[in-house]
Amino acid sequence: MAEDKIDKSQKKTNDLQAPASPAPSFDFDPDALMRELAPRIREFKNSISLFRENITALLGLSFVIFIILLAVFAPMISPPTSADPMYIPRDFKAPKPPGADGHILGTGNWGTDMLYGIVWGARTSISISLFVVLTGVLIGLVVGSIAGFYGGKIDNLMMRITDIFLSLPALILAMAIASILERNLENMMLAIVIVWWPSYARLIRAQVLSIKENTYVEAARAIGVKKNRILFKHIIPNSISPLIVAATMDIGSVVLVAAGLSYIGFGVSTGSAEWGRMVSDGQAWFLSTVYWEGREYTASWVVLFPGLAILIFTMGFSLLGDALRDILDPRMRR
Amino acid sequence: MANYIIKRLLLLIPVLLGVSIIVFSLTRITGNPAAGYINEKMTPSQIEMVYEKYHFNDPVLDQYGYWLKGIVQLDWGWSKTAAMPVTDAIAYYFPATLELTLISISLAIFVGIYLGIASSVRRNKPFDHATRVISLVGVSLPVFWLALILQFVFYYYFGLLPSGGRASNTYYLAQTLPDITGLLLVDSLLIGNLGLFKDVLWHLIMPAVTLSFGTIAIVTRIMRNSMLEVLSLDYIKTARAKGLNERSIIWKHARKNAMIPTTTVIGLSFGGLLGGAVLTESIFSWPGLGRWSATSIKLFDYNSVLGFCLMVAVIYVVINLAVDVMYAYLDPRVRLE
Repeated sequence: MAEDKIDKSQKKTNDLQAPASPAPSFDFDPDALMRELAPRIREFKNSISLFRENITALLGLSFVIFIILLAVFAPMISPPTSADPMYIPRDFKAPKPPGADGHILGTGNWGTDMLYGIVWGARTSISISLFVVLTGVLIGLVVGSIAGFYGGKIDNLMMRITDIFLSLPALILAMAIASILERNLENMMLAIVIVWWPSYARLIRAQVLSIKENTYVEAARAIGVKKNRILFKHIIPNSISPLIVAATMDIGSVVLVAAGLSYIGFGVSTGSAEWGRMVSDGQAWFLSTVYWEGREYTASWVVLFPGLAILIFTMGFSLLGDALRDILDPRMRR
Repeated sequence: MANYIIKRLLLLIPVLLGVSIIVFSLTRITGNPAAGYINEKMTPSQIEMVYEKYHFNDPVLDQYGYWLKGIVQLDWGWSKTAAMPVTDAIAYYFPATLELTLISISLAIFVGIYLGIASSVRRNKPFDHATRVISLVGVSLPVFWLALILQFVFYYYFGLLPSGGRASNTYYLAQTLPDITGLLLVDSLLIGNLGLFKDVLWHLIMPAVTLSFGTIAIVTRIMRNSMLEVLSLDYIKTARAKGLNERSIIWKHARKNAMIPTTTVIGLSFGGLLGGAVLTESIFSWPGLGRWSATSIKLFDYNSVLGFCLMVAVIYVVINLAVDVMYAYLDPRVRLE
């Protein structure tokens, strides 16, 4: 409330100052800019305060920040020992329990350092999910808005194509595509993108279809605004918020699918810093007995930690997406 | 109704044709499609015969024609992994997967709907919060990891449940496993062997829980939300006003209408279930389609992988059709035309 009042008073002073100094239209006028931005800033502050009140949103955000910090400071937490940072340093011995020999989270198959894998795996996961989601959103945005805005035959054709893609379960179609390509990280990401874009296209198309019936679009058309400008300036900005929510939530789901794929054997090669791969590598030692300094240990950490990392990553983005939906959709909060 | 079903079945044809084009292109995009039929011991003339037999020398469009003809006539190629034709392999591995997915989906439906209703009734109480946390974790858990953790807890630590397989080894060794319907739960009852029935059930628990966990989470979430929506409607107020007891308001009046969005989600999540089956079956050494396709992937056996995908596409599309038809039953306002 206090913030609101301050905003209003600022707006008033702006109003008062504005006529006193009429600026030529080609000159940069901070006051006019501020005046134009004032409602947006107010809206933004409102969103921030809504976000602060939401405990699950904060929890999600802290998970996400934790993972991002891991990824950013990876070279400092675990300095790479070879030219390829994806290669986890290893001593080719049996797994050691957490804490042993300076390995905070223990070692895995071939004595790979678990902490290194988790930390650099955060980088892998973030780059996989960002690539897949951003590319998918871009393709979906183009296809969906063209289909929804122009309608007719283009719409029909494009939607039949998405139908075909959506008639196959995501993991299985990605499996099929990945199975015929060479097995590396890039092809795995490609396979997931091919599976992922149709749902964004459907989402955007539905949004565009409903938004283009609004009065303001009709008004824009009536005053002779060009079709492309209507699409880019009026329709897309207003239909994009569900896409942002879906994309945020999907950053987590992409990592789940990617982990599943690399668990079966696609994507990165064995011994690489990728969480799904680490679980599948660790399975060789899971529940077997290992000895360290004369004591017996059951190797559970080889599978436990990478899985927890996936869980935290996915949960963080899914909570954040939930919160974004509540904030971005004004109908849900007022 | 019958007209609608026929119309929808006809609409399936372009979708399945599209899927077949995708799968066919996948077989031809990279590598040599003949690789699956050729080995180093063959003479050039034998290789030539393979090329002739499978029309690999013809134009691509003709190849697609022959390939599609083969698919329709149930000639899906040879599965190296199973050492039998792909269609035979599917028939062979299908019952195990069917049993597992049927149990999992029933588990997901009943548990999910119950949890959804129970937490919507206790909105913002501890039970509700607990359910929401569980459903959040459920959608964020990697299936393969959950499977391993369950094995750790229930097989290794407590020793309660078997680690994998459909039945104990003694039944396999003695070759006393019945093969009537292929569903061991049903078969064991048909031959009246209660010991085997219990054994099979025991083996089913962990894979079924693993596979259904994610779906339970999704169903719970949707059911809770749609229950909350329905409970705020006027007809519920009317029911309360006329003094109907709360129990029948929730379980009869509200539940039936809240089931409508849930049904769609169940249909859609079946795809996730089939994908999860690949991972779950490999970990629990469940001799089904999923494990077969996972092994095929490791052995670069494209025919099997693509055959599996085609099969899954058909199942998925048919199930979602069934869900749409069920709509009319659940929601009389929906007119199928």
